[in-house]
Amino acid sequence: MTMIGWIQIILFCVIIVALTKPLGWYMTRVFNGERTFLSPVLRPIEAGIYGISGVDEKREQHWLTYTVAMLLFHVGGFLIIYGLMRLQAVLPFNPAGQSAVPADLSFNTAISFITNTNWQNYGGESTLSYLTQMVGLTHQNFLSAATGIVLAVALIRGFARASLRTIGNFWVDVTRCTLYILLPICVVFTLFLVWQGIPQTLGAYVEATTLEGAKQTIAVGPVASQVAIKMLGTNGGGFFNANAAHPFENPTALSNFVQMLSIFVLGAALTNVFGRMVGNQRQGWAILAVMGVLFVAGVAVCYWAEASGTTTLHALGLTGGNMEGKEVRFGIVASSLFAVITTAASCGAVNAMHDSFTALGGMIPLINMQLGEIIVGGVGAGLYGMLLFVVLAIFVAGLMVGRTPEYVGKKIEAREVKMAMLAILVLPLMYLGWTAVGVVYPAAVASMANAGPHGFTEVLYAFTSATGNNGSAFAGLTGNTLFYNLTLASAMFVGRFFMIVPAMAIAGSLAAKKSVPPSAGTFPTTGGLFVGLVVGVILIIGGLTFFPALALGPIVEHLAMNAGQVF
Amino acid sequence: MLKEIRPAIVLLLVLTAITGLAYPLAMTAIAGALFPAQAQGSLIEKDGKVIGSVLIGQEFKDDKYFHGRPSATLAPDPNDSTKTVPAPYNAANSGGSNLGPTSKALADRLKEDVAKLRAENPNVPVPVDLVTTSASGLDPNISPEAAQFQVPRVAKARNLPEDQVKQLVTASTEGRLLGLLGEPRVNVLALNLALDRMAAK
Repeated sequence: MTMIGWIQIILFCVIIVALTKPLGWYMTRVFNGERTFLSPVLRPIEAGIYGISGVDEKREQHWLTYTVAMLLFHVGGFLIIYGLMRLQAVLPFNPAGQSAVPADLSFNTAISFITNTNWQNYGGESTLSYLTQMVGLTHQNFLSAATGIVLAVALIRGFARASLRTIGNFWVDVTRCTLYILLPICVVFTLFLVWQGIPQTLGAYVEATTLEGAKQTIAVGPVASQVAIKMLGTNGGGFFNANAAHPFENPTALSNFVQMLSIFVLGAALTNVFGRMVGNQRQGWAILAVMGVLFVAGVAVCYWAEASGTTTLHALGLTGGNMEGKEVRFGIVASSLFAVITTAASCGAVNAMHDSFTALGGMIPLINMQLGEIIVGGVGAGLYGMLLFVVLAIFVAGLMVGRTPEYVGKKIEAREVKMAMLAILVLPLMYLGWTAVGVVYPAAVASMANAGPHGFTEVLYAFTSATGNNGSAFAGLTGNTLFYNLTLASAMFVGRFFMIVPAMAIAGSLAAKKSVPPSAGTFPTTGGLFVGLVVGVILIIGGLTFFPALALGPIVEHLAMNAGQVF
Repeated sequence: MLKEIRPAIVLLLVLTAITGLAYPLAMTAIAGALFPAQAQGSLIEKDGKVIGSVLIGQEFKDDKYFHGRPSATLAPDPNDSTKTVPAPYNAANSGGSNLGPTSKALADRLKEDVAKLRAENPNVPVPVDLVTTSASGLDPNISPEAAQFQVPRVAKARNLPEDQVKQLVTASTEGRLLGLLGEPRVNVLALNLALDRMAAK
């Protein structure tokens, strides 16, 4: 670890905190339907969209209608991606002549993109046409991100409103989120990325003759426009197989730094939106503090582990940390930091190969995802995931003093706690259950690339990443098999929607409740005690759920490595 | 609920058209006008022919060139399309080795590569990036140490004084952005082109 490394990490944190408030202010205005500086340009487009789609923007929806609208939207998105992948061979914008994608891989990818996971069982440049990348993947990067954000906003409205039956209009929220937040940032971000060196062309792959006379086919494409939204929307599905490690997806140290910022920025700003909507910004800062504590702890461990290197490297006298699977322009610190950010948020883009991380360095991304990606988290998904843990922490605090717990003026009762527990319990069921199947079912065992405990970690990582809708991978695992295409798709589906529906039920039930003014017996939820309590609840629930699985994978591998064992 | 079906279909199609077609196509047009070189892939031409991209590493085996990092990229086996064969610096199929910290295959590969480099230059410790594969398999850079390490071999193969080659490496070394972001590095292709130019003089 070096001083300059830590300065980069601190700089990152400072900029995120500095952006939280202004962006939170802007996003709150957008979701309250107020005018913004972009309204003169965008308002006519917005009104036109409502006109042709028959949306009455004044009419709000009950939580069930809101949820059904969201699900219908996803069904349509699924059909578009699946159809494009199956038909891409006969559709335009296919200069590399990619053939139709097989049914199981198309199914997996379609589920993967509508759930904001962007798991890559496909290799972008070797499988997909430009049309599929643009209309199928880029568009769903926007819409799954917008969906995550508006669901979080709907849940916030549940906390903020009193005695109301409605939580907003899904169609209006999605349209405004896409037009006023995602698109304008992406336009600027795309141009920045092209300036840094990311290609943006519809031309065919380039045939080069290298200095030594060999042939090199260089894959290009409309890359920058997709990279912008895959980062900002915490989607993470790369244009290329190697994702953000590919020099065309992440050419410089500056592009890397800004991409890291863009993963966190909307998720962090949503905590401020929460504070503003419930009428006390300190409530938002308290949540961001919980996230910050867990984040910095993860970065410290991961950076230390990667900088320390492995026994194999030490034995050969190689110093400078574990550079296997990392790029020189990023080095140890930017690779470790990126890995923690991408898994703390449910982004899943990678700028280094997590499979080649040290045992403990690779365990941190795994833990981040198993905690439910609540450390800033996926855009929206992180906040509603975190609020579920807050509900639980408040419930625990209420039990300690024997009072009905309250949070931001709402009584937390049996229904809310049951729904929160349902969402929190269904996730480990998916990743632990499928991992158990994956390590004994022969067709699945053959997919492991590494032997020994590392092979187990590959499987655990895959199902954890899918359930958490992250999409990063221990990429040695051969995921493009019938078994993994189907089981991972089921994990992604359950991980997304079994979290969303209970969260929306809580939103509906909270919105209908009366608001109670704070009294002397109300547990204050803006101070250090609250932050500590939530961190504690997260770690206890997380630790009890997945520590045994971690012991079988990364922990035993670390001990084996120290003993000089290889597999 | 039925009245939600029309917005579901129409809004999906409209937003798909905006974000999936209008946005990438408009960005392609604007980026192509503002940054034409980058938008095409930062290609380098020599005598009218494309010899590569400054951002994409390429394989160098000749002693008279600086070598990049080992690459783990693959290509379909020409004899059996269900299998793959090693194809270093395949810029149409990026990827890393994905070998873990306790992998025997990785330990064996490292041992062999380190031994080779030690034989080439026994006086200097082997830089770690010169024996580890990159994440993309297309890393265009090596560390300044890894470039300096190869100076004796390149100088000998080209009959150039070592000091002159060393100076070229130093001149080709890029530092951290604002002294802060990223890592010091040398672009291998740019260095080799500069080397060719220097030898031609």
